[in-house]
Amino acid sequence: MIKYTLTTLLFTISLIHAQEIVSGKILYKLDETSYPLEGASIYWLDTDEGTITNFSGNFSIEKIPESDLLIISHVGFLTDTLKVKSVPVVHFLKTDDKNSLDEVTVEKKRKTIQKSYLAAQNIMKVTSEELLKAACCNLSESFETNPTIDVNFSDALTGTKQIKMLGLEGPYMMISEENIPMIRGASQAYGLTFIPGTWIESIQITKGVGSVVNGFESISGQINTELKKPFKDLPFFINLFGSQMGRFEGNIHLNKKVYDRLSVGFYIHANNNNEKIDQNQDSFLDRPLSTQINIMNRWQYTNSEKGLVSFFTWRWMQDQKQMGVLDFNPLQHLGSTTFWGSEIKTNRLDVSFKAGYVFPELPYQSFGFQSAFSTHDQDSYYGLRIYDIYHESLYKNLLFSSIIGNTMNKFKVGVNFNYDRYVEKVDNIDFKRIDKSMGTFFEYTFNNNDDISFSGGIRFDHHNRMGNFITPRIHFRYTPFENFVFRISSGSGRKTANIFAENQKMFGTNRLINITKNGTGAYGLDPEIAWNYGLSVMKNFRLLGGDFELVVDYYITDFKNQVLIDWEELNRISFYNLEGKSSSKSFQLGLDYKYKQFLSISAAYKDYVIKSNYNSGYLLKPLQPRKIFFLNTSLESLLNGNGSQWKWDFTINFIGDQRLVKTIRDSENQFSPKYNLFNSQITRVFSDKFEIYLGGENIGNYKQVNPIIDSQNPFSLDFDSAQIYAPIFGRMIYSGLRLKL
Amino acid sequence: MKKLLTPIALILFISFSKADFISLSQDDNLKEVQKTERTSFVVKGNCKMCKKRIEKAALSIKGVKMATWDIPSNMIDIIYDVKKIDLKDVHDKISSVGHDTDKIKARDDVYDALPMCCQYRTEPIH
Repeated sequence: MIKYTLTTLLFTISLIHAQEIVSGKILYKLDETSYPLEGASIYWLDTDEGTITNFSGNFSIEKIPESDLLIISHVGFLTDTLKVKSVPVVHFLKTDDKNSLDEVTVEKKRKTIQKSYLAAQNIMKVTSEELLKAACCNLSESFETNPTIDVNFSDALTGTKQIKMLGLEGPYMMISEENIPMIRGASQAYGLTFIPGTWIESIQITKGVGSVVNGFESISGQINTELKKPFKDLPFFINLFGSQMGRFEGNIHLNKKVYDRLSVGFYIHANNNNEKIDQNQDSFLDRPLSTQINIMNRWQYTNSEKGLVSFFTWRWMQDQKQMGVLDFNPLQHLGSTTFWGSEIKTNRLDVSFKAGYVFPELPYQSFGFQSAFSTHDQDSYYGLRIYDIYHESLYKNLLFSSIIGNTMNKFKVGVNFNYDRYVEKVDNIDFKRIDKSMGTFFEYTFNNNDDISFSGGIRFDHHNRMGNFITPRIHFRYTPFENFVFRISSGSGRKTANIFAENQKMFGTNRLINITKNGTGAYGLDPEIAWNYGLSVMKNFRLLGGDFELVVDYYITDFKNQVLIDWEELNRISFYNLEGKSSSKSFQLGLDYKYKQFLSISAAYKDYVIKSNYNSGYLLKPLQPRKIFFLNTSLESLLNGNGSQWKWDFTINFIGDQRLVKTIRDSENQFSPKYNLFNSQITRVFSDKFEIYLGGENIGNYKQVNPIIDSQNPFSLDFDSAQIYAPIFGRMIYSGLRLKL
Repeated sequence: MKKLLTPIALILFISFSKADFISLSQDDNLKEVQKTERTSFVVKGNCKMCKKRIEKAALSIKGVKMATWDIPSNMIDIIYDVKKIDLKDVHDKISSVGHDTDKIKARDDVYDALPMCCQYRTEPIH
């Protein structure tokens, strides 16, 4: 109990208590006929979380992390304990001769994406089960079955997938790992591919401006990943993946209890792609040759009597990619114009320590401390262009949370400190800078656990480049009647534009870099400041024997200042401070349907209007689909007695047209064609220990024709691999296995 | 940096002084410190609706800091400020919304007005 409270209070700072619902039916048999059992009490072992069955014997109960053992009891019947696993359970109860209860059947369903009903913020939780639906392999690929986040392709060289929320790229989100800001600065371009999918326990996505607790940088949303914890994770896990195109991945997890209170985990990931493929015959590799080794070691100390939880984690990662012309050999051709080639080598080290303390007598009061240090060292060249970056970062956060009066009024208060040192080399120019900031925050949350919750936060920061500033953020939820939730949010955020690190795809072009230095911040540009306003409505209802969930939301991000990335001029890329208007408006209509445990369908329609005042006019953001329609269908067969099962998953994305910038390939005001993407995966579960899967990505085999502009003359000014609106890579069939012991 | 530390310290101090620190010692010199106590007793009820009603009633009394009611055991777990309230107030309040406690029985007319699923005095019939 205390263990859970600790982790929740201290590390899940985003206040999430997203609901996982376990529901089922309790029956008893009399003369070969089944009758529902009314009034049976159902509760989690050793907790106070419970419910009773209604007149038709049905119940639903919120899943909690403390326990997975359900106690079912009723006067006159035998009390039974059920272990609820991550798959649907059918349970048969042995009878007590004296009683008439013959059989108890529990059907269980658990949603793999759960939206919160009580939190003031628009938060959803993605469980590790949902992550199994997609091909694999790392965090950037984990969002393909989720409509809130759009996955794009950044360039034709690396094939890196880029994520967007509200139509805004990664840098405008806060992407954290266990609430420590993670994908920022140097890791912005490829950082998501440095977090292996199997290490992830769950992901929390906050749409719109988030909490003030983690900093001032988030604008369009927050993504927080929780990694597997040695205390709870399986002692041994192995996952192997292979695709027909020469991509291989392997993951091994080992967890061991050193003694009662101390556990240790080793997580090893390796991937390799060494097959040269050029489907479109432009003489360039369609996907890079790559190797990655990623090792993590975690220590977890838990002392529930004293209310202490602590983690110490270190990880080391090495990643190498080679791109360019098929015949390019770095040993021979580096620095010459014989063949165009490119390499990116990254070394990254992360060390973090966290400690949480919950007052044993006052379970609502706690302290949390986080400290993280990382170095990120990337050396890369693209043809004759060079981009090196070294980024050293230190983050510290001290948090105290408690109540005012009673537990309906909670607050968090604390300080954090951030230090970043950047050393960059861009072609022949060196850039060095140190960013330091220190801030304090206060966040008040009111929640009557009924119809209203409110969260208001404010932070005050001092930054060596941005000066002193205040960041306010508010969230409000109102539930006027059951199964209807209304939310509004508003707040500001700001960040330094790391123009090179965030836009590395420009090095895959021969455009001249042009910076208009008339600002006060890094690179002679001003810090970016934006306000985000959001409105969201959610409604649940039962129809056609299943559960529907309808969500409509609308978000506006209004930039007070923005560093515009201007690709409009031929052979040039320009960075300058916004003058005039820039905003992003995003509308989403979503409908989910779940029929028992067999079928779930999720559909979403998204509409984006992102316009900025560029030097050449008030224009739509290039390479941003104006409309996207998303549909995901999952089918699961009934679980057999021996734990075997079939699972099938199918995702369609209809991608709308995107504005293209003027190049020698595309004319001015040209729009890309609309296209569809299909992904599917089938999983055969043999038992709860072993499963295999087979899947296909881009089954429709849609490819962008001519992805690299002027690929015949890669050293000419017109060469450009960054104008990508569709996959470069065609159909990919893959297969893999998971073994858990 | 020094300029910055003063407001931070101030904010922290203000917020911390609002917080409910448990008295660190029984020393009489610490009388100013709030004294919280944790207790539990039986409150009759059935379901989630009862839980909401019981907890809301308990928390509506100034001085009750935390109130968690457990369905299967029918026990309520309370943390309260002994200087501000008498535990009897909590029993009174909970019974006034229709739930019997181990000390006070709820009035029949209030009980009868509870929704069907909360009618804890009648055993389910089978």
